[in-house]
Amino acid sequence: MTDLLLSQIKVNDESQFGTDDYVVNLGPQHPATHGVLRLIVKLDGETVKETIPVLGYLHRSIEKICENRTYPQCITYTDRVDYVSAMSVNLAFALATERLMGLEAPPRAQWLRMIFVELQRLASHLLWMGAFAGDIGALTPFLYGLRERERILDLFEMTCGQRLTYNYIRIGGVMIDILPEFVPKCRAFLDYFEPKIAEYEDLLTYNPIFLERTKGVGVITPEVGINAGVCGPSLRGSGVSCDVRKQQPYLFYDQVKFNECLETAGDCWSRYKVRMRELRESVSLIRQCLDRLEPGPIETKLPPVLKAPPASEIYSRIESSRGEMGIYLVGDGTVKPWKCKYRCASFNNTYVLDQLTRGWKIADIMAVLGSLDMIVPEVDR
Amino acid sequence: MLSGENIVKSVSDLLHQLYAMVGLSAFKGVLDPIVAAHVMFGFISVFVMFLVWMERKVSAHMQSRIGPNRVGIFGLLQTVADAIKLTIKEDIKPVHRDKIPYYIAPIIAFVATFAGMVVIPFDKGMVVQDLNIGLLYIIAITSFTVIAILSAGWSSNNKFALLGGFRSAAQIVSYEVPLVLSLVPVIMMTGTLRLGGIVEYQSQNHWFVLYQFIAFFIFITSATAEANRAPFDIPEAESELIGGFHTEYSGVKFAMFFLGEYIAVIVSSAVAVTVFLGGWLPPFAFLAFVPGFIWFMIKLLLVIYLVMAFRWTFPRLRVDQLMDFGWKVLIPVAILNILVTGFCVLFFGKGV
Repeated sequence: MTDLLLSQIKVNDESQFGTDDYVVNLGPQHPATHGVLRLIVKLDGETVKETIPVLGYLHRSIEKICENRTYPQCITYTDRVDYVSAMSVNLAFALATERLMGLEAPPRAQWLRMIFVELQRLASHLLWMGAFAGDIGALTPFLYGLRERERILDLFEMTCGQRLTYNYIRIGGVMIDILPEFVPKCRAFLDYFEPKIAEYEDLLTYNPIFLERTKGVGVITPEVGINAGVCGPSLRGSGVSCDVRKQQPYLFYDQVKFNECLETAGDCWSRYKVRMRELRESVSLIRQCLDRLEPGPIETKLPPVLKAPPASEIYSRIESSRGEMGIYLVGDGTVKPWKCKYRCASFNNTYVLDQLTRGWKIADIMAVLGSLDMIVPEVDR
Repeated sequence: MLSGENIVKSVSDLLHQLYAMVGLSAFKGVLDPIVAAHVMFGFISVFVMFLVWMERKVSAHMQSRIGPNRVGIFGLLQTVADAIKLTIKEDIKPVHRDKIPYYIAPIIAFVATFAGMVVIPFDKGMVVQDLNIGLLYIIAITSFTVIAILSAGWSSNNKFALLGGFRSAAQIVSYEVPLVLSLVPVIMMTGTLRLGGIVEYQSQNHWFVLYQFIAFFIFITSATAEANRAPFDIPEAESELIGGFHTEYSGVKFAMFFLGEYIAVIVSSAVAVTVFLGGWLPPFAFLAFVPGFIWFMIKLLLVIYLVMAFRWTFPRLRVDQLMDFGWKVLIPVAILNILVTGFCVLFFGKGV
């Protein structure tokens, strides 16, 4: 039908010799898009006219699967929602279920959860730093970031036997208690790690080329950020206080001292700076948690069959490495959630990409995309 | 005494005896350059292999890795293994390629840079052809690579390759200007374009890096940009354009682009050594017992190491920032440098 209509249109000189957009597909197989994100980019020379993210290449319908599994079984799937920061998603789901059923984990389990989630934040931010620098063309920070991340993963492996999908934080507590040598090893790691942050900063932060590439690029104004639902470090770079750990403290975040890292400019460099400062905050947080750790049970006694109260619902949120990680659960009195919805930071953060890159160069797409810290499985779920 | 001049003399004597034995003495003038070119080709091939290994080791060292260490001692044969792999792998060609430019591009990329090696003096008298316009010749012949890159980008029929090709054309054309302008003060002071002559001038005075530090800086920067090396590697920016102009090349054709890139680094570093760092001259007079070509190679490797260190520590510039840097910073500074040097030569005579 369309072909027929097109053939009837007389081709005039203007459409024959007029200019057209240069459409480039970045992804789903492309070295810069993290995972399988596909961007359709309309270019005018090197200048970007429009960026259209195409989602769904990693859609695994985790939400629907969760609605057909019992609550404890769902924890396994949460690992796959955000594989770079699996502990956070574990925690988000466990907390949501506990709140839905009115359970509470014993104090030791809470402290352990905080330690592991903050270690996970370090690991995630380190990987992000490397990937972001790689997007901009500096290849060395990636290896530096991974070097320290390995040691964090060693700590995880020592505790729960896994290095990527931990399945460690369970409903009502944690899977297993830490080994006696965990605490000294963790402290040794923190002492080793803290000077390394300065090393990363020496390499990147005030490098003139790095500043050129990131200062003033991809500015998220507070209005745009809030309207689009941008969250986490990406929004804190614009000076909006949005740390769930401060605003709605969960676990024992109200009993420890830490600062919410805020920058004002809202550009890629601010988002980078926020994450670098968060590394230091997390280190001090883990130290405080290790100090407060006391012996005790690590799991509450759960009923043999875990059922949600009928007609119950909960929206529970935590601060994941990438921003607000919310879980909406509706229980119907059975062992399975009637509705399960993940509110993931990456999805909303990717949403602003088009607004941020219009009128900039093609290389800026990579810088902005990198600075938003998006993870494709979290977008597609 | 072991020196480049003696080695060349004894080798050519040997060759001429060989010619006489097979009765080809009459073609001495034709055969000598052919033999020299082959020697140079052999040397360059081995040296590039060494450099690839060195780059991987340097980057590994900078990134707290080990680098290649499986094939041969210290992984020295890794590049040989890679070269064999590249030659025997399937040659994948895009269907809608523009055939002639597609096939010619890698050859030009390789030949244009390789031809620059001809006038590089490794030692006094150890040079394939000490042209009296040597410097001009190098600048002219190495800019042919832009044709190779443009035609590779165009003929691959790939959007990324085309973007990379255009970026590269813009980049090489704009960085050619500061590159030439940075060499002009040296030519003004020495009054010769012959590379051997420039080194001889430095043997009577000091190395040019002491007089012309700004020119040296501009030269190294623009030479890095000219060779498409990071932080100026935007034509093949991996995170944006996949492989840039060589996205659609594989096998031997890719190897030729790769070879060309490394030879470009060698040529520009060799020019930097010859023009600014005293070529084959020893740094102190009492070290003159070490043959000149060894000094040359040491300096060459140091400059190449510097270029490699750039690559593994700096992020990549954006295309418009790259142009701005070339046109708004390097060229005005280079012109100012020429002006100042001109006044100095005018008022204080040639020796400064």
